[in-house]
Amino acid sequence: MYRRFRVPSIWREMDQLQREMNHLFEASGGKRVLGSPKYPAINIWANEESQFISAEMPGIKADDINIDVTADTLTISGSRVHDETVENTRFHRQERGYGPFARTIQLPFMIDTSSVDANFKNGVLDIKLQRAESDKPKKIAVKSE
Amino acid sequence: MAKKEEKSLEIPKQEVIKADELERTRDRYCYIPKTDIYETEDEIILIADVPGADQDSVDITLEKNVLSINVLVDNNVHAGYDRIYSEYESGDFQRSFRLSDEINQNNIKAVVSNGELRLHLPKVEPVKAKKIVVKAA
Repeated sequence: MYRRFRVPSIWREMDQLQREMNHLFEASGGKRVLGSPKYPAINIWANEESQFISAEMPGIKADDINIDVTADTLTISGSRVHDETVENTRFHRQERGYGPFARTIQLPFMIDTSSVDANFKNGVLDIKLQRAESDKPKKIAVKSE
Repeated sequence: MAKKEEKSLEIPKQEVIKADELERTRDRYCYIPKTDIYETEDEIILIADVPGADQDSVDITLEKNVLSINVLVDNNVHAGYDRIYSEYESGDFQRSFRLSDEINQNNIKAVVSNGELRLHLPKVEPVKAKKIVVKAA
């Protein structure tokens, strides 16, 4: 990077290094957050037209999950309930969490609220959101005179 | 009855650390499934969180009193989409438990539903102590 007629700036080099490092980490699958701040932890997959929001929610029945959408937010709420406790039950180990939960996500684009598709299979929730027609980027033709 | 501990739902996934440093052949994350175990009068019930698993991906073996749960989960990848934000990784699950002799090992039942593996381990009938009659010679 050293150029002959220029004083090498250490800060420039540092910035460059930082950019490269950031790029290196971002290359492996988007922005990462270790340990979700809220339950459920989500992954977001997107392309130009639509996006998928997926969440792992084992042990919850599909009927116990509520999904609410507005134009640019999505709320997943519900509750994981304890097993019916039989008399004379003794716990040996309890690692799983229980209770109600709710999480609201700000979406990166406006969505078409009429075409939201949610699928819950084997404890994994997949919500497909279509980008609103009005929010899609418009191509602008450049005229030359 | 033991008091139920209240745990929050926001527990991060925990990766398996192999003590013997054997490497896995699958290039995937492997997690320890969070498990509840409780005992009723006639059975022990084990519930493990295995999101993404179905009937065919769960493999349970019992060898020398060690019950091993191995779950190979398919990657939840959306083709044609880029992952733009990520809070969790999907991966396999692996965990072993040592069973005591009071379990009837021939009669273990396992059910998977909604990403939850439920094992019913029935207890054996209480063994009657054998009385040995001492005869006078």
